[in-house]
Amino acid sequence: MTPLLSVRNIRKSYGARIGCADVSFDLYPGEVMGIVGESGSGKSTLLNALAGHLEPDCGEVLFDTRAEGLRDTLTMSEPERRMLSRTDWAFVHQNPRDGLRMGVSAGGNVGERLMAVGARHYGDIRESATDWLGRVEIAADRIDDRPRAFSGGMQQRLQIARNLVTGPRLVFMDEPTGGLDVSVQARLLDLLRGLVREMGLSAIIVTHDLAVVRLLADRLMVMKSGRVVESGLTDQVLDDPQHAYTQLLVSSVLQV
Amino acid sequence: MPDYNFAYLDEQTKRMIRRAILKGVAIPGYQVPFASREMPMPYGWGTGGVQVSAACLVPEDRLKVIDQGADDTTNAVSIRKFFEKTAGIDTTEHTGEATVIQTRHRIPEEPLTDDQILVYQVPIPEPLRFLEPRETETRKMHALEEYGLMHVKLYEDIARHGHIATSYAYPVKVEGRYVMDPSPIPKFDNPKLESAAIQLFGAGREQRIYAIPPYTRVVSLDFEDHPFVATKADHACDLCGAEHSYLDEVIIDDAGGRMFVCSDTDFCASRQAQGHRGRLSPGEDAA
Ligand SMILES: Nc1ncnc2c1ncn2[C@@H]1O[C@H](COP(=O)(O)OP(=O)(O)O)[C@@H](O)[C@H]1O
Ligand SMILES: [Mg+2]
Ligand SMILES: [Zn+2]
Repeated sequence: MTPLLSVRNIRKSYGARIGCADVSFDLYPGEVMGIVGESGSGKSTLLNALAGHLEPDCGEVLFDTRAEGLRDTLTMSEPERRMLSRTDWAFVHQNPRDGLRMGVSAGGNVGERLMAVGARHYGDIRESATDWLGRVEIAADRIDDRPRAFSGGMQQRLQIARNLVTGPRLVFMDEPTGGLDVSVQARLLDLLRGLVREMGLSAIIVTHDLAVVRLLADRLMVMKSGRVVESGLTDQVLDDPQHAYTQLLVSSVLQV
Repeated sequence: MPDYNFAYLDEQTKRMIRRAILKGVAIPGYQVPFASREMPMPYGWGTGGVQVSAACLVPEDRLKVIDQGADDTTNAVSIRKFFEKTAGIDTTEHTGEATVIQTRHRIPEEPLTDDQILVYQVPIPEPLRFLEPRETETRKMHALEEYGLMHVKLYEDIARHGHIATSYAYPVKVEGRYVMDPSPIPKFDNPKLESAAIQLFGAGREQRIYAIPPYTRVVSLDFEDHPFVATKADHACDLCGAEHSYLDEVIIDDAGGRMFVCSDTDFCASRQAQGHRGRLSPGEDAA
């Protein structure tokens, strides 16, 4: 089976400081990979390097493109990469403000990706937007409201709808539940789990919250100081951590 | 009396502007950066248009200047005087007699010909600015033809008003490639952007020049189920009876009386001179 994403030796430094280094892994279709580690361990750097937001110093990010199979997205032309970002890829930011257009209605936010790939029928766009708002539990009568008027949890759900509307094959998420109240987090997690199952999404989810990966991720990578110190099936890693750092992470979450 | 170079700008500056114009003509709808000069008038008074006109004018030219369709507004009069003084050229109020027409907010009703140049004064040249304030990003969007955002703007319009309410500066796609802001002309004028004349657009403060060469395809953006319509007030001109010209609504008395008149004053006057009459024309049914 061809991996959907094959990551080879990614490194990204900020001057002398290592952001992430020597990261390699394969992600297969339908798989959800969790990346955990404490703050500053390099999770966001890695995710942004994979998604083309940051240029890594070295390495390959091979993606199984529809037209030509595995291709290194780092050496693709910029137009090709941008096309990928608005069709087969999606990126959910921790802060919904970074992933939404705050001055555009909820419906316009969801419809943007459709229009970006050529949708030109207002009625159809609106129908898709309404459908997607429903799927992320936002009432249809909020379709013309701007995200400013939404709670944090709603904004995050709107960001998810906006990303999933074009049926992407790979979703990057950076702390999707971060910054939300605990009860709101739980609801969002439930929703995400439903969508992941129902759509058979392939995703890479960065989080410092082990409860998130417990619920969503098939596999885990544990990062420390920019490097992967342990990886494996989620339950295995969490229930029987091998690396001392992972043991520390797991035990500290148990105390919470 | 001070001694001006012909049309105020020095020859080197005019050459620089002409190069920008030629590049604009070669790449229809593309915004060419240029080093805008200080002009002896404030921004918002058409300094971009004035510089483009200055670079186009030759001593044999006859210049017409209109503002919202009228030749006699302060803005139009002062620009006309400026070129009379600095270039010593003839001016006219008749569209058909002009070789260069500088305009703000309108395209003349009388079809232009292939020996005329229409120069627009442009306040904001970037059609994507409304939703994407970052210049680096809008440039990339133009370069990569990523114009989905333009439709998001139209989507928002329909969502809020039930129809595309944008009625000025209605975005167009030029020759199937660049999305362009036609400057704040009413959308009624959009079909006239496909013209025999050369159309040049100058934005002074924003330092951009762009162009539509003669007979270029210009398509107004829309949705399949909300097609573009070049609307105007549903009246005939009360002075000349014209049924297909763009109209201004004018309040005529304290009792709230109104009339509709052609915004193109030369067009209206010419029709009246030819004997056309409207609902409120003096001496006829206005007794
Ligand atoms: N823009 C930046 N400039 C310099 N150092 C950075 C920058 N972004 C992140 N870093 C550093 O890189 C390391 C990894 O950061 P980050 O990827 O944000 O970690 P995480 O997402 O796991 O919290 C940290 O030491 C951080 O200080
Ligand atoms: Mg982070
Ligand atoms: Zn008239």
